[in-house]
Amino acid sequence: MTRGVRLILDRIGHAWGELSVLEDIRLTAEPGEVMAVIGPSGCGKSTLLNIAGGLLAPSAGAVRMSGAIADDCLNPLTYVFQDFSLLPWRTVRANIDFVLERLPAAERAARVAEVLALTGLSDFAGAWPKELSGGMKQRVGIARALAVRPACLLMDEPLSALDAQTRDLLLDEFAALIARARTTTLYVTHNLAEAVRLGHQIVVLSRRPGRVREVFRLDRPLLERSADDPEAKALEKTLWRMIRDDAAVAERERAHGPN
Amino acid sequence: MAQIEGPVRFRGGGFSPRNRWIAGTATLLALLAVWQAGAAAGVIPTLFLPSPAAIAATLWRLIETGVLWRHLSASLARLGVGWVLGTVFGVATGLAAGLWSATRSPVAAVVAALFPIPKIALVPLFIVWFGIGEGSKIATLGFGVFFPTVIATMGGVDNVPRGLIRMGQSFGLSTFAIVRSIVLPGAAPAILSGFRVTSSIAIVLLVAAEMIGAENGIGAFVLSAGNLYDTDALMSGIVVLSLLGLTVSGAIGGVERVLLRWR
Ligand SMILES: Nc1ncnc2c1ncn2[C@@H]1O[C@H](COP(=O)(O)OP(=O)(O)O)[C@@H](O)[C@H]1O
Ligand SMILES: [Mg+2]
Repeated sequence: MTRGVRLILDRIGHAWGELSVLEDIRLTAEPGEVMAVIGPSGCGKSTLLNIAGGLLAPSAGAVRMSGAIADDCLNPLTYVFQDFSLLPWRTVRANIDFVLERLPAAERAARVAEVLALTGLSDFAGAWPKELSGGMKQRVGIARALAVRPACLLMDEPLSALDAQTRDLLLDEFAALIARARTTTLYVTHNLAEAVRLGHQIVVLSRRPGRVREVFRLDRPLLERSADDPEAKALEKTLWRMIRDDAAVAERERAHGPN
Repeated sequence: MAQIEGPVRFRGGGFSPRNRWIAGTATLLALLAVWQAGAAAGVIPTLFLPSPAAIAATLWRLIETGVLWRHLSASLARLGVGWVLGTVFGVATGLAAGLWSATRSPVAAVVAALFPIPKIALVPLFIVWFGIGEGSKIATLGFGVFFPTVIATMGGVDNVPRGLIRMGQSFGLSTFAIVRSIVLPGAAPAILSGFRVTSSIAIVLLVAAEMIGAENGIGAFVLSAGNLYDTDALMSGIVVLSLLGLTVSGAIGGVERVLLRWR
C-alpha cells in the first residue's frame, strides 16, 4: 500500500525570457516510487522541480496528479530544500509546528514529536537552527516535510550543501524515511551515487535546454540496496559516461554564461 | 639571492578594541569631579553652568515637591501616545509597501515627498489644525515617528530572504501565517533598529513641541527655567531628558535581547 500519488509531467517546456531551459519533458513519477533526476548544472533541474510543485508556471505543458490523497495529508506536494530554508527565529520544534497550522494543538504536538523521533532530533527540539550542523538542519528539513504527511516529496539537491560524510549518513536515512513514508518522491541531484541509491527511475537530462535523454529503471527496494552494490556501481559508471561531456560543456558555459 | 634564517615575525592582530566598562565609568566620574571642583573653585561661573551637586540638589527638590512628576507625566503621556501611533501606522504602512505592488510605489512616493520636511516646521500648522492642546503635539510626534518607521519596515521586509517566503508558500500556508511567522520576524531586526532612531526623534520633537506652546511638560519646564535664568532648574530638566533617553534605549535593548535571541 502506498500513500503516494502519480505525478505526471506532460510535455513541460520552460523558457526564462529568451533562454530556453526545458523542452518537451514527459515523465511520470509512479506512486510510492522515487524518480531521481540528474543532469549537469544549469540544465533546468530546479526549474523542473518548481514547475512540478506548482511554484512556477511552465511556459508549455502541464503537471497533473492522480491518485487518492490521505485524509491526514496537509500538503500533497512538499519540498525539501537544498539550503534547508529553516526559520532562524524559530526553534527546531517551532519550525516544524508552524507548517501544521491547520491542525488542533494536541495533534500538532503529537506529529512534531513523531517526526522528531523518526529523524533522531528529539533531543534537539528546543535548539535554534544556528546551533545545528548542516546535517542536523537538513534532518529538520525532512522532518518538517514528513510532518505534513505528503503524497509527493520534492527534493532539490537536499544533500548538496553538506560534506561527503554527512551526505552518506543522510542518504541512508533518507532511503529509510522515504521507504517508511511510502510517498512518491522526485529527487533532483547532480550526484550520481545519490540517484542510484534512491531512484527507482533515474532520469538523465541533457544540458540546457534540458530534454529527457534516457530513463533507467532500478527495481530493487530501497531498503535492500547498499552503496557498494555492483549493479549500482555499474549503472553509476554508465551514467557518468553519458553525462560527462555535457557536464564539461555546462561547466564552461557557467563560467561565461548567464549564470 | 639572500639567505634567510630565523623565526617568522608575527604580523596579524589588526584593530580589535575591547570594551572596558570600568574605563568608561571612570572617565565619566572624572569629568564630573573636574566640573564640581571647577565650580567650587569659582573657575566655572555657576550662573552659566551650575555645579553637579547643585543640579542634584535642585533635582531632588523638584522630585520631592512633585513638580518634576507633573511635567514628566505630561511628557511621558505625549511621548507614549505619539510614538505608539506613529509606530503602529508606520509598521502597517511599511509592511504594505514591502509586500504588495499596489501599495509600494504610492507609499514610496509619499515618503520621498514628505520625509525631508523638518517636522518642527509643521508644529504651527498642526496647531492650526488640531488646536494648541495635546492634539498638535501628538500629531507632531506621530508624524515624525511615522516616516522613519515606514522606511525601516520596508527595508526590513525587502531583506527577508525570498526563499523563506517561497518555503511558506510551498507548504500551502495562509498569507496571514506567512506575514506573521516569516515576514514580520524576518523584518524585526530592521524594525527594532528603527525604534532606536524613532525614539530619539520622538524625544526631540516632544521637547520642541512643548517649547512652542505648553504649560506643562519637560520642554515647557526647561524653557521657562531658562526665561527666569534659573539654570539649576534648567540643567535638572536636561538631566531628566538625558535619563529619559537612556531609559528608552535601554528598554529597546532589552526588547531586542528577548526578540532577537535567535541571532
Ligand atoms: N529566475 C530565473 N530567471 C532567469 N533565469 C533563470 C532563473 N532561474 C534559473 N534560471 C536559468 O535557468 C537555467 C536553469 O536553472 P536551474 O533550473 O536552476 O538549473 P539546475 O537546477 O539544473 O542547476 C540556468 O541557466 C539559470 O541561469
Ligand atoms: Mg538547481
